[in-house]
Amino acid sequence: MTAPGVGAPPPGALPASAPHPGMPTYLGMPSFPVAAKAAVADSQLRANLAHATRTIRAKRAVAVAELADWEQLRQAAKAIKDHTLAHLDTYLLQLEANVTRAGGQVHWAADADEANAIVASLVRSAGADGVVKVKSMATQETGLNEALAADGIGALETDLAELIVQLGHDRPSHILVPAIHKNRAEIREIFRTQMPDAPAGLTDDPAALAAAARTHLRQAFLSASVGVSGANFAIAETGSLVVVESEGNGRMCVTLPRTLISVVGIEKILPSWRDLEVFLALLPRSSTAERMNPYTSTWTGITPGDGPQDFHLVLLDNGRTSALADQTGRQALRCIRCSACLNVCPVYERTGGHAYGSPYPGPIGAIISPLLRGVTSPIDASLPYASTLCGACYEVCPVAINIPEALVHLRAKVVDAKREKTFSPERTIFQLSGRVLRSPRLLAAAQRASSLSGKLVARSGRIRRLPPPLNRWTETRDAPAPPPESFRAWWARTRGTGR
Amino acid sequence: MRIGLFVTCLTDTLFPGTGQAVVAVLERLGHQVEFPAAQACCGQMHFNTGYQREAVPMARGFTAAFAGYEAIVTPSASCASMIREYYPALAAQARDPGLARAVAEVAPRTHELSVLLTGVLGVTDVGAYFPHRVTYHPSCHSLRMLQVGDAPLRLLRAVRGLDLADLPDAEVCCGFGGTFAVKNPDVSAAICADKVAAVRQTGAEVLCAADNSCLMHIGGALDRQRSGVAVMHLAEILAHTEDAR
Repeated sequence: MTAPGVGAPPPGALPASAPHPGMPTYLGMPSFPVAAKAAVADSQLRANLAHATRTIRAKRAVAVAELADWEQLRQAAKAIKDHTLAHLDTYLLQLEANVTRAGGQVHWAADADEANAIVASLVRSAGADGVVKVKSMATQETGLNEALAADGIGALETDLAELIVQLGHDRPSHILVPAIHKNRAEIREIFRTQMPDAPAGLTDDPAALAAAARTHLRQAFLSASVGVSGANFAIAETGSLVVVESEGNGRMCVTLPRTLISVVGIEKILPSWRDLEVFLALLPRSSTAERMNPYTSTWTGITPGDGPQDFHLVLLDNGRTSALADQTGRQALRCIRCSACLNVCPVYERTGGHAYGSPYPGPIGAIISPLLRGVTSPIDASLPYASTLCGACYEVCPVAINIPEALVHLRAKVVDAKREKTFSPERTIFQLSGRVLRSPRLLAAAQRASSLSGKLVARSGRIRRLPPPLNRWTETRDAPAPPPESFRAWWARTRGTGR
Repeated sequence: MRIGLFVTCLTDTLFPGTGQAVVAVLERLGHQVEFPAAQACCGQMHFNTGYQREAVPMARGFTAAFAGYEAIVTPSASCASMIREYYPALAAQARDPGLARAVAEVAPRTHELSVLLTGVLGVTDVGAYFPHRVTYHPSCHSLRMLQVGDAPLRLLRAVRGLDLADLPDAEVCCGFGGTFAVKNPDVSAAICADKVAAVRQTGAEVLCAADNSCLMHIGGALDRQRSGVAVMHLAEILAHTEDAR
């Protein structure tokens, strides 16, 4: 098998307008403002999110403050990831060689469809019609469960929150806490109606809910012959994979079944075990606010007589190579999926994750999804605008991804991709206003006109209603009436023209 | 010191009182303020919305208007961060070495008002008097891009008669976000609702900030609720003296 062309691809290797198979289960999603409008109107959702994000961000702040060298760790992680991404071609081949040497088999998947087809055929070859799954963002991205189902293969999510989402015929809305949008009463209802072996009289006590899920999953763990996982890290120097988790279900999936298939994005690679140390300090504190996560599973190929005897690593590109070609956007590939940016984001807190039309919601999703899928679909063209650019995400990011910078960069890509189109009302407004705002003379003329109109529309100094598109302002906010005299006019009147 | 005032297009057009207040404070401290009439807009709205090509001539206009000043003051943390943080990138993107040189000269001398007062001029007590209960919203760009720290709060604490109330969750964004406020109006309003609730909880008569953009947004919602809470730019509070009562 040959490695895909990663490393330093020529700029613009994949034009922004090329349709990308990307994330098949999210095709046809509405634009962010449309989806967000519905989410914002759901008061139960907003209450659930506000409670959950507020709790976790307070805990994170405490956990991070314990480390005096947090900023150095963060800069080290950034440097390690940047180095690895710059030499990805080398490290991927090293990883492949070492996984193969340890008895595993490496498969290269250019996109979601290829990855899903590889997994389905491996499951079939193992003689299975079902798999147990570790929580994995890569397989959410490829829509693996849906693809396997179309092939007659059942996939059981064993992470508690992913199980809730799966039983509820729902989609994850958070990277770390996929069922964050559900409160415990809603979870009890899902279990009661969707889980055949739910105990009678199940309450919404968290311990009781977890116990019910444990019983439901136990038989599947013991009987499954194929496990499917992702990985938080892949260590090139030994060909080892690392999964970091809280519940232990992941440990069950990567040790009990005879066959293990791991689907891993090509950016998950780290050169050495020494590098891993930095990330194991950053990741738990950033995501669950723990000093150390309860379970860290690592494995290297196969070990005769112990654990899976058949191991496959599916390395997934799915747009990562084109993201790597983007000089400003490539920093998003440093992401370790901790979710700290989601928990501090004022937008995410009000909309939840579904509005982002991708398994990657929140600030990181607003840059990762358009980088992986391009900026042509309504959802991907709107995601870079799903932010106030407040910068809280950048502040907490453990790998120092400058998300506001990447958002602004992607906004320019969205605008530039549309420039060839003959007419855009927004572009016309921005081009005309651009001409006024760069000319002191035109600006002064516009100010005189607005002062005049202010006298006509304003009641008691405030404007309560404006015509479209500015009614989007006045639906919830008054607008200030233009004053009788601009600052510029005041200065000229009282101080002369000066310089 | 001879100081060039970059008043910003928003303040120039809608909030001239803020510009007048900046002039009053700096002249009271003995400085010479000039308003270069060639100034217009810094281009932030265009740049941040993706119209970066259109922002380039605005950056050229700014650097030309303010060439030669030892210090440039602006009553907006947001516009100051556009000039200081994003102009160098914009010049590089435009492949304009002349603009890059002009930016390198002008951008480091451009200061948000509270930074100019406390950092460059070394003043915290500007001789102001304002006998009201005030709460302060640290705008995101002042906090996380310019990193002004507690400079505005130190200035407010030095104002005689002023009763400074802590704003709960002060560091959370107000939801303005420039064109975000109209591109995502529902989310913007939902974020603002929590900020307004926090402001009202303080019992303050006045909400203060270093950016008229955020104040226009929060103030618009406060007014819609008939809250009775007024919004004032930091400069306007600092300009108040006993004589002006």
